[in-house]
Amino acid sequence: MRIPCPFCGPRMLEEFVYLGDAALMRRPAEGATCDYVFLRDNPAGRHRELWRHEGGCGAWLVVERDVTTHEIFGAALAEARDAG
Amino acid sequence: MQADRLSGGGLVDRSAPLPFSFDGEVYEGFEGDTLASALLANGVRLMGRSFKYHRPRGPLSAGPEEPNALVTVGGGAKADPNVRATVQELYAGLSAASQNRVGSLRFDLMAVNDLLHRFLGAGFYYKTFMWPAAFWEKLYEPLIRRAAGLGALSGQPDPDEYEVAHAHCDLLVIGSGPAGLMAALTAGRAGKRVILAEEDFVLGGRLNAESFEVGGKPAALWAAEAAAELAALPNVRLMRRTAVFGVYDGAVYGALERNADHLGAPPPGLPRMTMWKVHAPRAILASGAIERPIAFGNNDRPGIMLAGAVRSYVNRYAVLPGRRAVVFTACDDGWRTARDLRAAGAEVTVVDARPGAGRDEGFRTIRGGAVVDTAGRLRVSHVTLRHPGGTEDSASADLVAVSGGWSPALHLTCHLGGKPVWREDIAAFVPGATLPPGMHVAGAARGDYTTLACLRGGAAEAASALGVSPAEAPEAEDGAAGVSPFWRVKGAKRAFLDQQNDVTVKDVELAHREGFRAAEHMKRYTTLGMATDQGKTANIPALGIMAELTGRTIPETGTTTFRPPWTPVPIAAFAGRHKGKHFHATRLTPSHDWAKENGADFVETGLWLRAQWFRRGAEKGWRDSVDREVVETRGGAGFCDVTTLGKIDVKGRDSGAFLDRLYRNTFSTLPVGRCRYGLMLREDGIVFDDGTAARLGEHHFLVTTTTAKAVQVFRHMEFARACLWPEMEVSLVSVTEQWAQYSLAGPKAREVLARIVEPGFDLSNEVFPYMACGAATLRGGVPARLFRLSFSGELAYEIAVPARYGHGLAEALAAAGAVPYGVEALGVMRVEKGHPAGNELDGRTTAADLGLAALGAKKSTGFIGREMERREGLQAADRPALVGLRPVDPSAKLLAGAHLLEPGAAPKTETSLGWVSSVAFSPSLGSSIGLAFLKGGMARTGERLRMWDGLRGADVAVEVVSPVFIDPEGAQLRG
Repeated sequence: MRIPCPFCGPRMLEEFVYLGDAALMRRPAEGATCDYVFLRDNPAGRHRELWRHEGGCGAWLVVERDVTTHEIFGAALAEARDAG
Repeated sequence: MQADRLSGGGLVDRSAPLPFSFDGEVYEGFEGDTLASALLANGVRLMGRSFKYHRPRGPLSAGPEEPNALVTVGGGAKADPNVRATVQELYAGLSAASQNRVGSLRFDLMAVNDLLHRFLGAGFYYKTFMWPAAFWEKLYEPLIRRAAGLGALSGQPDPDEYEVAHAHCDLLVIGSGPAGLMAALTAGRAGKRVILAEEDFVLGGRLNAESFEVGGKPAALWAAEAAAELAALPNVRLMRRTAVFGVYDGAVYGALERNADHLGAPPPGLPRMTMWKVHAPRAILASGAIERPIAFGNNDRPGIMLAGAVRSYVNRYAVLPGRRAVVFTACDDGWRTARDLRAAGAEVTVVDARPGAGRDEGFRTIRGGAVVDTAGRLRVSHVTLRHPGGTEDSASADLVAVSGGWSPALHLTCHLGGKPVWREDIAAFVPGATLPPGMHVAGAARGDYTTLACLRGGAAEAASALGVSPAEAPEAEDGAAGVSPFWRVKGAKRAFLDQQNDVTVKDVELAHREGFRAAEHMKRYTTLGMATDQGKTANIPALGIMAELTGRTIPETGTTTFRPPWTPVPIAAFAGRHKGKHFHATRLTPSHDWAKENGADFVETGLWLRAQWFRRGAEKGWRDSVDREVVETRGGAGFCDVTTLGKIDVKGRDSGAFLDRLYRNTFSTLPVGRCRYGLMLREDGIVFDDGTAARLGEHHFLVTTTTAKAVQVFRHMEFARACLWPEMEVSLVSVTEQWAQYSLAGPKAREVLARIVEPGFDLSNEVFPYMACGAATLRGGVPARLFRLSFSGELAYEIAVPARYGHGLAEALAAAGAVPYGVEALGVMRVEKGHPAGNELDGRTTAADLGLAALGAKKSTGFIGREMERREGLQAADRPALVGLRPVDPSAKLLAGAHLLEPGAAPKTETSLGWVSSVAFSPSLGSSIGLAFLKGGMARTGERLRMWDGLRGADVAVEVVSPVFIDPEGAQLRG
């Protein structure tokens, strides 16, 4: 499995660290943190996830992946405003 | 004397004789032989003993599907067990030995199992070794373990080198038979980057095993010419001896190249194998087909082989496996074997299971008949033939060639979840509609059995995969291959299906009677297909028989899923260079060598090696060194290498506000030139890490982390910066390796430091008080940063210099009168001072549990972990909280991990009041001391409890005390 890093190009899975659902980027105001910490959607299909290119440029990425086939549709820089 | 070698033909080089040995006997074969073909040429048929019944066995096949002819090659640490003799290339000096025997191969004492076969059927182990339960560990398991297994591992470290490598191409062609060669020619001529991977050491696949012509010349010659054309193309890479064993996500293929297994004396530096990760957006699977045996009585004797394998031995290796041959076939393909055997000089009888099949070609022919049984102890000598009317007679035979038709080798199409579909007209499973992305299947692997269809299919699939025009196929045979499903001879005694695991038709019948009828149940109950060959020749016939027994069709009965690997892959090949010290890098601090010269023993902390203690003079045990280091530091001055702590440079206008959101306490209010202790929480409210932050400038902080969490903390901070608050102006850089850092502690620390910094630098308490930080210049003009931080509770400084000055600074500190101390003494002093460390920050504790609730208690802005920390459960009054412990008897020893109990309480989970997290012998107090988490915490100060450890048999009376054992007012560290 390869992830197309916007800085480094397609790189092997071993170079990346996985965090989880990209919904983690939408940190709520106080009062809704419990759901934010413990509740996750678990779709069988396309999923937006956070990966860090730790063995490369170090960038946090939002990767869209089909979790049933592992097909990767794209990766965007997490800190770019439109990625979240 | 190669008695069974033909005088001409074949792809062996008669001018290159190769001596080799098998079970100590010396033989001679030729360049181009496999171990199996060379043994057959020398008249050897018996090559192994079966797994369970220890029946004599010879090769069934001439390729990687071989279940029987497994041998151990080489000796000593290099001994390689379960090598298939049918793929092992012969080299001069090859030494092989048979396996799974007690005594000699010809007189195996374990063959008594064969006489007990009535009792050793499927499920025997499950039914027999059930009771009494106490017998399992002492009797049954050792018994089974001794009897089980084929070849044995050497038990020594593998002396060979293995490599892992990546390769890239436009098209990966898997297999080099007619379809594979045409696919590679199509892509290669079009200028595409092609990798052609072939498991065999010669390109051509079945073309090397057949006597017919392709393009008006012998098939093997056509293949050799095609291979030569490909070899000349710079964009084509031919990889012989390379088995593609798995398909992975993202169009990555795993391939195992055997670089040195065919060399008697490999050149130095050549790895034994290379694990290739082939990145191929398009692939042509041209893996061909595997011939199916027919189950008949005693069909496992040496000299009984697949019909296609017999053609391989005759045509490719110029070996005549028998002179009085019976060809038993259920398809037209078997007749080719009859013709080739006759041309090679054998006398041939054809038994075709299909009534009315085949023309009269002058063989003794029995149509609609069967081979029902065989005889011969170590090699087949007679067969019992059944005629259409049911009469039986016996015939002498030293070779039985069997063909029940062919099954596409579609294994790789299933690796990403593809399901094969049954094709009735060829009685075989073919690849289904869902293939791994980018994969095309060509030739016999998709059920195209004629040579012309393979040639055309290979070209067409490559052309469509790449959008180029197909190479023109040469003329070749295109006869329809008639086949009728024929799995077994009814009424046969002991008819073997899975020869490696000794599974018979009777076992499948038993599985059926006992209800294990689904393909996966049958497999597990009988162990069919679970040996090292994974049932390559056995699975389909067994499925056919189960379908017959249940009265269902084969697709209704099911098929087993094929998973990687296609062929056994040594774990060493996956590991490659990652073994021993290469498994992880070792990180050394800049003064590592200095520490080594000064008597340090080192301890691994993650990837780092840290000095654990410094042995001096006559010190015998580590405690002598550690106690001395503590006493000398607390009595004078000591220094410790703390380079391994994580260091993160935080810069930008929003640095202070950013750190406020990450830490429980506040940093934006910290004055420039000051440090502060910080506690970082996880979003769920549990303590993540601790450290300090030093404000070096208005918009510049330096944050430290623990050694263990350095990577995770930086990752977390980067997540917060990039994913949570990208609008903040802040940047983070890990500078752990840029700075060497030393803690200098003890009442004389200031005197020692004064000898190191440039004269005139004011170290007085007024100018540089506790928690001050700033730039300094050391003598000799070395730039440094000073931090007045203390982990030990003493007057202490941390001195950071650019990494290249680390060694020199260690020398200077020692010369200035400080003694080096290691991480053990550091740990003793932090326990004495009650500082939490890794044992306390264990991923379960909150700030309040650690007695640090006051840190940031008045903070008005939000931070990560704030809301969840206030959960009811984390606020519960009876949560275990940090206390100190001392044994009532000062000579008693405390143990980390022990439980705390009320003095009279029975040791049970419900009565446990908490646990001991860290212990140390305190030279300052002259007794063992500990930190512990205790229900009720400091409110129980002064109480006497029981420290109980059932594992180590400890039961010690302890007193609850403050976790700060020395200088509770902090006079020393502020002094």
